[in-house]
Amino acid sequence: MSAVIESHEQDHHHGPPKGITRWLYTTNHKDIGTLYLWLSFAMFLIGGAMALVIRAELFAPGMQIVEPEFYNQMLTLHGLIMVFGAVMPAFVGLANWQVPLQVGAPDMALPRMNNLSFWILPFAFIVLLSSLFMEGGAPNFGWTFYAPLSTTYAPPSVTFFIFSIHIMGASSIMGSINVIVTIMNMRAPGMTLMKMPLFVWSWLITAYLLIAVMPVLAGAVTMMLMDIHFGTSFFNAAGGGDPVLFQHIFWFFGHPEVYIMILPAFGITSHIIETFSRKQLFGYTSMVWAMTSIAILSFVVWAHHMFTVGMPLAAELFFMWATMLIAVPTGVKVFNWITTMFKGSISYETPMLFAIAFVVLFTIGGFSGLMLAITPADFQYHDTYFVVAHFHYVLVPGSIFAIMAGVYFWIPKWTGNMYDERLGRLHFWLSFISVNITFFPQHWVGLAGMPRRYPDYALQFADWNMVSTVGAFMFGASQILFLFIVLKTLMGGKKATAEVWESSRGLEWTLESPPPYHTFTTPPKVN
Amino acid sequence: MLNRISRSNKFSLIFTPFLFLTQPTLAAWYDINMTKGVTTVSNEVFDLHMLIFWVCVVIGIVVFGVMFYSMFAHSKKRNPNSATFHENTKLEIVWTIVPFLILVLMAIPASNTLMNIYKDVEGDINIQVVGYQWKWQYKYLEDDIDFFSNLKTDWDEIYNKTPKGEFYLQEVDEPVVIPVGKKVRFLITANDVIHSWWMPDFAIKQDAIPGFINTAWTVVDKPGTYRGKCTELCGKNHAFMPVVVRVVSDEDYKEWVSNKKAEAYRMSELTEKNWTVEELKTRGEGVYQKNCIACHQTNGQGIPGIFPPLTGSDVVLNNKAKNIEILMEGAQGTAMQSFANQLSEVDMAAVITYTRLAWGNADDGNGEIVVPKDIVEYKKPKA
Repeated sequence: MSAVIESHEQDHHHGPPKGITRWLYTTNHKDIGTLYLWLSFAMFLIGGAMALVIRAELFAPGMQIVEPEFYNQMLTLHGLIMVFGAVMPAFVGLANWQVPLQVGAPDMALPRMNNLSFWILPFAFIVLLSSLFMEGGAPNFGWTFYAPLSTTYAPPSVTFFIFSIHIMGASSIMGSINVIVTIMNMRAPGMTLMKMPLFVWSWLITAYLLIAVMPVLAGAVTMMLMDIHFGTSFFNAAGGGDPVLFQHIFWFFGHPEVYIMILPAFGITSHIIETFSRKQLFGYTSMVWAMTSIAILSFVVWAHHMFTVGMPLAAELFFMWATMLIAVPTGVKVFNWITTMFKGSISYETPMLFAIAFVVLFTIGGFSGLMLAITPADFQYHDTYFVVAHFHYVLVPGSIFAIMAGVYFWIPKWTGNMYDERLGRLHFWLSFISVNITFFPQHWVGLAGMPRRYPDYALQFADWNMVSTVGAFMFGASQILFLFIVLKTLMGGKKATAEVWESSRGLEWTLESPPPYHTFTTPPKVN
Repeated sequence: MLNRISRSNKFSLIFTPFLFLTQPTLAAWYDINMTKGVTTVSNEVFDLHMLIFWVCVVIGIVVFGVMFYSMFAHSKKRNPNSATFHENTKLEIVWTIVPFLILVLMAIPASNTLMNIYKDVEGDINIQVVGYQWKWQYKYLEDDIDFFSNLKTDWDEIYNKTPKGEFYLQEVDEPVVIPVGKKVRFLITANDVIHSWWMPDFAIKQDAIPGFINTAWTVVDKPGTYRGKCTELCGKNHAFMPVVVRVVSDEDYKEWVSNKKAEAYRMSELTEKNWTVEELKTRGEGVYQKNCIACHQTNGQGIPGIFPPLTGSDVVLNNKAKNIEILMEGAQGTAMQSFANQLSEVDMAAVITYTRLAWGNADDGNGEIVVPKDIVEYKKPKA
C-alpha cells in the first residue's frame, strides 16, 4: 500500500504522566496495548507452569507428583488461562497498538472504555486463580466445563469461575466494540475497506465474532449459575433438563472462539510474509474473502466437537460436510502466502522464521483438523491425545508463534530499539524444535488409544509421553529466553529507523520509532 | 496435594527418558497408529483414516515442496530482485475448486461408512451400559443379568508401590461377555455425569449421558479380550474406569449366562441368611473398597469441601434410619448418588454396618448395625 503522509508536526509534547497512575488511568492505546501484552505474558507463564505440572505427572505411568483431583484442576485452569488469559489478551494488545497506527487514527475510538476493558481483566484472573486456595479446590471439570460435572458435581469454587468468565466476557465485548468503532470511523481519509491492512481486516472480523458469541458463553454460565444456586434444571436430566443442550450452547460459542484465536494470526502472518519476501501480498482480495467465509462457516460447524453425543444421522452428515468446507478458504490463505513468497526476495529475520513456522505447523494442525472432520474416523479420534495434538498445533505454533512473530516484527517500532537478532533466532529454533518434540508424539499416542485428560495411562503409551514431557520442559525454558530478549530490547539496543525493515509497507512505518505518545493527530492521506 | 517423590522414583525420573532408545517396540506400528480393530466397521473406519491421512500427506508434500523450493531458490541472496505479480484470478479459482473436489471425493466414502454405522436395529443380544463415577454397569436385557465392572488394578500399582502388571489400568474385575458373530447392541447411558464408552477394536465411542440412551452395535468375528476406556472427563477417577469386553464362542457364552444366573440365585439366598456382625463387617469392607473409597477415602475422612467425612458424621454415628435413606436415595444436589440399584441388600447392609463400626465410629456412636432384612424392609412399599 502506498501512502502519502502529511508532514507530521508535534506542536505539543504531551508525554505520559509518571508513576503507577500512568498505567492505572491511561487512555492511551499504546499504554493499554502494552498492559494487555504484559498481562498476556504473565498468564502465558502461569498457564505454562500448569502445563508443566501436567506433563511432569505424565512423564511416566503411575501417579507420582500430584493427585488426580489436583491434576484435573491443573488441566482446567491451564486451558482457561491460556485461552482467555494468554492468547486473547495478546491479540487485543496487538490490536490496541497496531490498529490505530495502521489505520492512521490518533487513538482508539473509546479510550475510557479501553481502560476499563483492560483493568477489569486482572481481577477476573485473580478471582479464577484464587479458587485454587478455596475449600474443595479450583474448577476441575475441564475448560469446556460440561454439565452436570460442572454443576451438580462441581466444587463450590465453580461460582467464582462463573463470575470470572462473566468479567472476561464483558472485557472482550468492550474491547471488540472499541475495535469495530475505531476501524469503521477513524480510518485515514482515502483508506477504503479494501485498502485496509490485513491485520485490521482480521481484527474487524474477529471483533464481530466476539460480539456474537461472548453473550452466548455468558448465557451458558448464567444457566449453570441458576442450576447450581436457584433450583433450575437447564442441564439436569433428573429435573427434565438436557446435558447435551449445554454442549450445543458451549460449542456455539466455542467454535467461533477458536477462530477468534486464529484470525488475527492470519493478519500478522500476511504482513510479515510480504515484508520479508519484499513482494506485495498475493491475492489481497481473496484473503479478505477467505477470512470472511471462515468466520461465517464458524457458526455452522460447532457440533463437530460433539460427534459422539448421539446426534441423528442428518446432523452428523451436515456437520461433517460443513466442517470439511472450512478447508477450502483456509487452503486459499496458505496458497496465497506461499505464492507471496514465490519469486520474492526472502530474508529470514526472526519474525519471518516464526511466520514460516506458523504456515507450516498451522497447516499440519489443519490437516489433522480435516482428519477429525471425517465423522466415522472421529469416533476413534474423539477425546484422545490426537485431538490434544491437533489443537495444540493450531494454537501453539499457530496462534502463539504468530503473536511472537508480531512482537518481534513490531517491537522495534514500539521501543525504538532493535531486538537482538542472534538471540531471537536462537529463541525461534529452540521453540520450533521443542514444540514439535512436545506435540508431534501426541498424535501417535492418541491414535494408539490414549484418551485426553488422563492423569495416568497404560504402559504402551509410556515412551512417547516421556518424549513429550522432555519437549514441554524445553519449550517452557525457551520462553524465559523470550522474556529476556524483550527486556533487553526495552533497555536498549541498536536504534531502529522509522521503516525498521527494508521493505516495510503500511502507515505505522511512516512514524518514527518509537512513535510519539500521540500519533496521527492530523490524519494521514491514503491514495 | 503434592506427594513426596521417593528416592527410587527420582532415579527413574532422571534415567528413564533414555530407556526408550533401547526399546525395539518404540517403532511398532500399533503403538503409533489407530487399531484396525476386529469388526467390519472398525476396518472401514481404519481405511478412511488411512485414506484421509495419505491425502493430507500428498497435499502437504506438494504445498510444502513449493514453499521450501521458494525459500531456497528465492532467498534474498539468490534472487535479489523480487517479482511484482500479486494477483491471478485463474490461479485463485483453480486452488479453490481443486481442494473442493478432493473434499467431495473424501466425503463420499466417509458418508457411506457413517450411514452404515447408523443402521441401528435391535441386536440378537441387547446390553444396557450405564456409566457411574467411576465404574460401568452392564445389564443384559434378555437374560436379566446385571453387574458392575470395576478397575482391577491395585492402587499400590498406581502409586508405584508395587510393579505394574501387563494390563495396568486396562483390567476389570468383571468384563462384559458377548458371543462371537452375533449382533450385539449397546444401549448406553449414565447415572451421574457424562461418561463415554470407547472400545477401539469395535470403533465404538458413544457418550453415556444421564437422561439419554445412545445406541451402538457391533458384530465381532474374532474371539478374544478387547480393552477400551472412558473418554469423557467424569471426575477424578476418569482414568480408572476401563472397559473390557471378552468375546467368546456361542457355547461358552451360554455357559457364562447360566453361571451368572446361578450366582444371582445364590445372592438372593444370602439375603435370608442370619449374618453375624463380623461377617457383615468383613463383607462391608470389601464393598466399601469397591464403591465408596474413591470419594470418602480410605479412613472415611472424605475430601474437605467436596466429599464429606463418614468418620464422626452424626448420621453414621447416631441415625441408622437416615443412614439407610441416604444410601438408598442419594443426597440431592450432591455427588452422592443412590446405591439402591448398585448394591444387593446384603452388600448394602454390610457396607452401612462397616461404616458404622469402622474408624472408631463404633465407640463414638450408638454402634447399631444394619442387617439385610432392614434393607428389604426399607424397599417394601410404604403404606
